[in-house]
Amino acid sequence: MQKVHVKININEKPYEAEIEPRLLLVHFIRDIAGLTGTHIGCDTTNCGACTVILNGKAVKSCTMFAVQANGKDVITIEGLAKDGKLHPIQEGFWVKHGLQCGYCTPGMIMAAYQLLKKNPNPSEEEIRIGISGNLCRCTGYQNIVEAIKYASEKMKGEI
Amino acid sequence: MAIEETLIPEGIHGMGHKIRRKEDTRFLQGKGMYVDDIKLPGMAYLVFVRSPYAHAKIKKINLEKAKSIPGVIDIITGEELDKAGLSWIPTLMGDKMMVLPIDKVVFQGQEVVAVIAEDKYIATDAANQVEIEYEPLEPVVDPRKALEANSPLVRPDKNSNLVFKWEAGDRDLTDKIFKEAEVTVSQDFYYQRLHVAYMEPVGSVAQYEPVSGKLTLWMTTQAPHVVRTVFSLVTKIPENKIRIVSPDIGGGFGGKVYVYPGYVVSTYAAIKLGRPIKWINTRSEDMKSTAFARDFHIHGELAAKKDGTILGLRINVISDHGAFYGDANPSKFPAGLFSICTGAYDIKAAYVEVTGAYTNKPAGGIAYRCSFRVTEAVYTIERLVDILAHELHMDPAELRLKNFIPPEKFPYKSVLGWTYDSGNYAAALKKAMEKIGYYELRKEQEEKRKKGELMGIGISTFVEIVGAGPADLFDIVGIKMFDSAEIRIHPTGKVIARFGTRAQGQGHETTYAQIISEILGIPVEDIIVEEGDTDTCPYGLGTYASRSTPTAGAAAAVSSRKILDKAKKIAAHLLEAREEDIEFDKGRFYVRGYPDKFKSIQEVAFAAYTNPPPNMEAGLEAITYYNPPNMTFPFGAYICVVDIDKGTGQVKVRRFVAVDDCGNIINPVIVDGQIMGALTMGFGTSFMEEIRYDENGNIYGGSFAEYLIPTAVETPRWELDKTVTPSPHHPLGAKGVGESATVGSPAAFVNATVDALSHLGVKHVEMPILPWKVWEILKDKGVSSNE
Amino acid sequence: MTIMYPASFEYFSPLNMDEVLELLSKYYKDGAKILAGGQSLIIAMKLRIISPKYVIDINNIPSLSFINESDGYLKIGALTRYVDLEDSDLIKTKYPLLYEAVKNIADPIVRNWGTIGGNICYNFPGNNLPAVMLAYNARFIVRNLSGSRTISAKDFFLGPLQTSLKEDEILTEIQIPIPQPKNSGYFIKLAKRTGDFAIVSTAVNLSLNYDGTVKEAGIAIGGATNNPVKIVKAEEALVGSKINDELIREVGKIVSDVIEPVEEPFGPPVDYKKAMAGVLTIRAIKQSLKNIIG
Repeated sequence: MQKVHVKININEKPYEAEIEPRLLLVHFIRDIAGLTGTHIGCDTTNCGACTVILNGKAVKSCTMFAVQANGKDVITIEGLAKDGKLHPIQEGFWVKHGLQCGYCTPGMIMAAYQLLKKNPNPSEEEIRIGISGNLCRCTGYQNIVEAIKYASEKMKGEI
Repeated sequence: MAIEETLIPEGIHGMGHKIRRKEDTRFLQGKGMYVDDIKLPGMAYLVFVRSPYAHAKIKKINLEKAKSIPGVIDIITGEELDKAGLSWIPTLMGDKMMVLPIDKVVFQGQEVVAVIAEDKYIATDAANQVEIEYEPLEPVVDPRKALEANSPLVRPDKNSNLVFKWEAGDRDLTDKIFKEAEVTVSQDFYYQRLHVAYMEPVGSVAQYEPVSGKLTLWMTTQAPHVVRTVFSLVTKIPENKIRIVSPDIGGGFGGKVYVYPGYVVSTYAAIKLGRPIKWINTRSEDMKSTAFARDFHIHGELAAKKDGTILGLRINVISDHGAFYGDANPSKFPAGLFSICTGAYDIKAAYVEVTGAYTNKPAGGIAYRCSFRVTEAVYTIERLVDILAHELHMDPAELRLKNFIPPEKFPYKSVLGWTYDSGNYAAALKKAMEKIGYYELRKEQEEKRKKGELMGIGISTFVEIVGAGPADLFDIVGIKMFDSAEIRIHPTGKVIARFGTRAQGQGHETTYAQIISEILGIPVEDIIVEEGDTDTCPYGLGTYASRSTPTAGAAAAVSSRKILDKAKKIAAHLLEAREEDIEFDKGRFYVRGYPDKFKSIQEVAFAAYTNPPPNMEAGLEAITYYNPPNMTFPFGAYICVVDIDKGTGQVKVRRFVAVDDCGNIINPVIVDGQIMGALTMGFGTSFMEEIRYDENGNIYGGSFAEYLIPTAVETPRWELDKTVTPSPHHPLGAKGVGESATVGSPAAFVNATVDALSHLGVKHVEMPILPWKVWEILKDKGVSSNE
Repeated sequence: MTIMYPASFEYFSPLNMDEVLELLSKYYKDGAKILAGGQSLIIAMKLRIISPKYVIDINNIPSLSFINESDGYLKIGALTRYVDLEDSDLIKTKYPLLYEAVKNIADPIVRNWGTIGGNICYNFPGNNLPAVMLAYNARFIVRNLSGSRTISAKDFFLGPLQTSLKEDEILTEIQIPIPQPKNSGYFIKLAKRTGDFAIVSTAVNLSLNYDGTVKEAGIAIGGATNNPVKIVKAEEALVGSKINDELIREVGKIVSDVIEPVEEPFGPPVDYKKAMAGVLTIRAIKQSLKNIIG
């Protein structure tokens, strides 16, 4: 069985391991790096609960092999808050009640992170399209939209 | 947008405050602790081999190849479980269900063999090497055929596929009214099979410590205490040596009340192997094997006078329960609370009959964000009322207003036996009509029809029945349906409060803290709410059927008041006054007339441990097991506007106004959040969600690629409003709200769609309203467009 | 039925095309698979629909990712991601059919990684791009160790999940003829839900002469059938004619008549798909005309 040595920087910290090439990135993040904020909600790339940022681009980490992220930079939900302060998107989700059970929330926030990075002032329609790869069963999305609007305003285009 | 306005000041936040949720700080930072996040030393992984057949004999199981894979620890079969007396376990409804099969499988996706390995990849490899020889049997797919005499039998231990036959109401009187009625309408409805599709699939981690004999099971359950009792009865492990922990739960909606084979097998394996065992369903396994909801074949009839006065209701249902009768209903109610089906209307006579059937499908019949079959009941009556309005050429709003139970008739006793606590249905409907501009919309519709355009307006004025229950009426496996709150105030005035419920996103950590804060004047940030650990929390029946605020919320209020009574005595002692002269306001005790000379609740708490009055026990705490005197009856009026694309048959929801009444509101933000989420589930139900089976019992809709739930794009923007009609019997005047909108909204969506087509003679469109169903109607009526 | 965890495989991450072709030639007989965006392949591997023994990851070959116009063609590297096409001003302004089709694939996160080459080579019936390629009369450059060949779109798509790509070949480039003046196009997908595969999709590419007659027309239908269909009869009906509502309706009817949809369990009825092929085509033609004429 082939094993590959990989080093993946997650939230600016390197994690190294000998892994099988078939190991999915999400399992590297959760089981090897121990960062369990990134969740698994499906097995068909529909739900987006496992969304993280890889070299600046959002990816459903269940649909990438960890070996593909070798030498690259990953940001997960655990890497957003800085110096004890919530990221404006996290703050928006809190203030606007953009979460209930919290299971889709990390992936949803990372999708919002990607959206606002590309489009700092999204319209409601653009927000809804931007999170269309992330399913939420609790909120009905409306407060998530409000949360992202809030973050967009708060950040004034700086991410 | 005024960002400042939304930031909530710290301090006392009782009823009605839009406080940010306390639990969110961990969820927002990826620090929630869900079952799959638990990692214990030496933990092994369990994966199931599942049946490809809906109904088949197991002829031979060969484990040799699978066992030879390095990293495989053990493989468990039904035969092995049988020796331990665990191949079958009781269900919540007094039936029994297979954990792992011995002779035959009874649904596609059923757990057949459990493989345990060092990691989940290896376990999956091995599961794929397990060789099982089946002999396919004729499956029972349609519950109506299942009840026919010559149907094959689903269950090896039963003589028929009949699960139960249940009825309510006065059959003769109802028949008589129907016979004599000026007008009758009838319609067949199929409320399709759904899956709640919580975002976190079910799973468990089992750990057994041989020295102490203690079993700990972390599991995705909405009702940890009941599970502990059932586990103790089944395994004979003493109940105090079983600890069930329901950590953070990624949505439940009814689907996590059920006891699944994985919980049992992971526990058995943990004890056998002396290692912690983790079992987590993948999504596609979850969709195929965990409990479904609905699946009601309904025949409904209304009798009325020509002027629109509704006289009688008659409903006949055949319900599909899959292979095991495991519905999560109160024991005495085989069809749940379906008999709430007279709804918001003052109906003289009603009769309901429900016949349950076994089929070769997964067990369940759990609620889907619904208080025990209320959704099916509301859908039936709200559709029938619209059909009657259409028949009488009456406006559906006017017909409803004519037949509502008037406010002065509360408490109202329905002919099917429920006593509604409070309601003002006309007020809610009128508010919704005004908000959406009902009569203008009707005018617009009329003009559009002249131009050949299709637009519909649909109303649903639903009544919920939640908060089970009065304990003499409601029990689960004999355990009375009360719920509990234990509040402890520590010397420095900080609080830990523990409950028998278990939130799965409902925000209990905030709501309960607000209740305590309201009564005791202690800031919300000083109150920690804990749930879900049977070692520490008081016994309770759990969170489902919108029961937490009506039961545990009430218990929190009662416990707080008990504490306040004692605190008053202590304050009197400190202020050297008579107890009856002590006033209490916003956390301050003072002698009447002297508000400046006060003792704070924190000072009183300190005194409870350092300086209690003579002859008084130290401490400041209380526990309550609250038995509600009645259910609560939240209600609402929903109005939906749709436009139909005549080319494609697509139905677009243009507007949706929801006026809800859940009595007094504890946290308006949380209440609105519950309503919007539930509306979206109702939207999914109406337009996309469905699990189906072909004639061989093969499932369609068994993954997230096939079972479509709404995304943000097609989900409408909800417009919410409220009326407030407090519950007269709840200590805070509150009612449950978590499920109202899932219960109430499908009828509005369907009514709107049918309304758009009613002038063409269309009476009904079955859910989910897929575009081709509408297109076929349009084509049939000659109004479809080729462009 | 337990899925999510792919079977073991040997992984290669070549750094240039020569290496790719060598690996492919060495392992294709054992079912080596090219890993591009992975948004279909990895799902299929998780489902264990396929369990290749060898996976050749081409993501480290930047020369496979480009968008440019030269020699009369828009040339797109096979590894070009959907997002790069979506974000390209050239595509957005000059190739609206491709732009609309790409924008409606799955969701924004999948579009970050999925590639144009993957979409075409997978040829899943509900995919957006095969029909688009037929409407554009695109052609594909494929390579193996012994050389390269060019395959026209109409010869490329053979059936569900089937193309004329040989097992030792790799698609490297997509070539779309640079549009004539007075050109536009449009893509419409009817799906059960946002981001889902097409029930029916229509791809229309249209160029007009200065006298308003149709100079060239490309029309293809995806989703409804097992393989995308180029509706040559509809194209012929348009070319040379002055376009008007009646003609557009006629074209819609031709499309409906030609399409022979497949039955799928619990899916839309065949006659619905037939009708929708026509309805969507009419709408796409009208939108294309609106884009041209303004």
